[in-house]
Amino acid sequence: MLTKRIIPCLDIKEGRTVKGVNFIQLRDAGDPVELAKIYSDEGADELVFLDITATVDKRKTLVELVTKVAKAINIPFTVGGGISTVEDVKVLLNAGADKISINSAAVKNPGIINEMAREFGSQCIVVAIDTRNVDGIDFVHTHGGRTPTLLVTQKWAQEVCDRGAGEILLTSMDHDGTKSGFANEITAEISAMLSIPVIASGGAGNMAHFKDVFTFGKADAALAASIFHFKEIPIPELKKYLDKEGLPIRSQ
Amino acid sequence: MKVAVIKYNSGNVQSVLYALERLGAEAVLTDEVDEITKADKVIFPGQGEASTAMNYLKERNLDKLIPNLKQPFFGVCLGLQLLCSHSEENKTPCLGVFPVKVKKFLPESYAESKVPHVGWNNLFDLKSPLLKGLDDESFVYYVHSFYAELSEFTIAQTHYIKDFSALLHRDNFYAMQAHPEKSGLVGEKILSNFLKL
Repeated sequence: MLTKRIIPCLDIKEGRTVKGVNFIQLRDAGDPVELAKIYSDEGADELVFLDITATVDKRKTLVELVTKVAKAINIPFTVGGGISTVEDVKVLLNAGADKISINSAAVKNPGIINEMAREFGSQCIVVAIDTRNVDGIDFVHTHGGRTPTLLVTQKWAQEVCDRGAGEILLTSMDHDGTKSGFANEITAEISAMLSIPVIASGGAGNMAHFKDVFTFGKADAALAASIFHFKEIPIPELKKYLDKEGLPIRSQ
Repeated sequence: MKVAVIKYNSGNVQSVLYALERLGAEAVLTDEVDEITKADKVIFPGQGEASTAMNYLKERNLDKLIPNLKQPFFGVCLGLQLLCSHSEENKTPCLGVFPVKVKKFLPESYAESKVPHVGWNNLFDLKSPLLKGLDDESFVYYVHSFYAELSEFTIAQTHYIKDFSALLHRDNFYAMQAHPEKSGLVGEKILSNFLKL
């Protein structure tokens, strides 16, 4: 049976993890490769690396990091942040990334999704959508959720799917950082509408939130950052819980 | 021992090379007929679209070479599909090592099953030395929209929408739909079993 995926997300700046991590077994708390290895050993199903390095010349560091991660771990991983051209994608995939994720670049130039999917196959193109509810309507936001757009989230999700995205990473900016649970309603709505998998992100605070997003939210995968980094929810415990709750979960 | 990894316009070859490196195997990425023929083992990775991949193989005469190779041969993902007789993906005639048809997943509704089949799913009904040491129900990582039907050459199955061939075996040819290079310890075990064949 196809299992629900648990995905820790690592924020990267200049080749180092930025959000604080609380792993006692880490020798170097800022080393993404070491952290990736631990998550992989603990049973994470996939990893996402989000590069928040602003400058172009620092991108080389990211490519070096991707190579190191690909050499060290044997589970799939996605790289996102600042990717806007076919060339950007090529460099990262050749370095060993399994998928890339694009966000603002797709909003600015939706045709880039078709171009990337044609060149590399849909399976490695993840489109990240940041959504925020404004007066009852869900609007796509860019630049880390700071910039509103006129795109209605549900319509945009359908469009990126039609253009050849392989997966959608849906982050609710209303829920992100609140630890009050995922945005199950909109996640379910989009998941039921689309033929491609939806990864839910934003709002994870306890183990039941994961169960809810997989059942009520109809998500195919759930992503979180700080609750994993700070060991508030250890991945083995979370997977044991979800398994007991009757959800299809990978055991190692 | 020398492992040839067949080079063609397929994504993600790098991950296969890294996985072999982790297992301490000496691997070379090549599309040279000579080098492939001389290798002790051949791995045929794959990701992409069937007809484009077949055209690429034809341009390099690899379509003639591959079915006649005698050493242990391992097709992965699209590599498995290309070893079959025909793929529904752009109605592509394939290499024909396995007389098996490749079809597209057709779910009853997308609310129930998405296509592609992405993520970790389990193997069952394992029967091959290639899968030695694995538990029934071992999980492997899949990303695909097309699948090989069950046949007498099926050595493990997976269920998604229906039961399909997770792995195939005929003579010196082995093939796996999931990605062993991305399937954690289970995938590592399968690759290491292959290297020992």
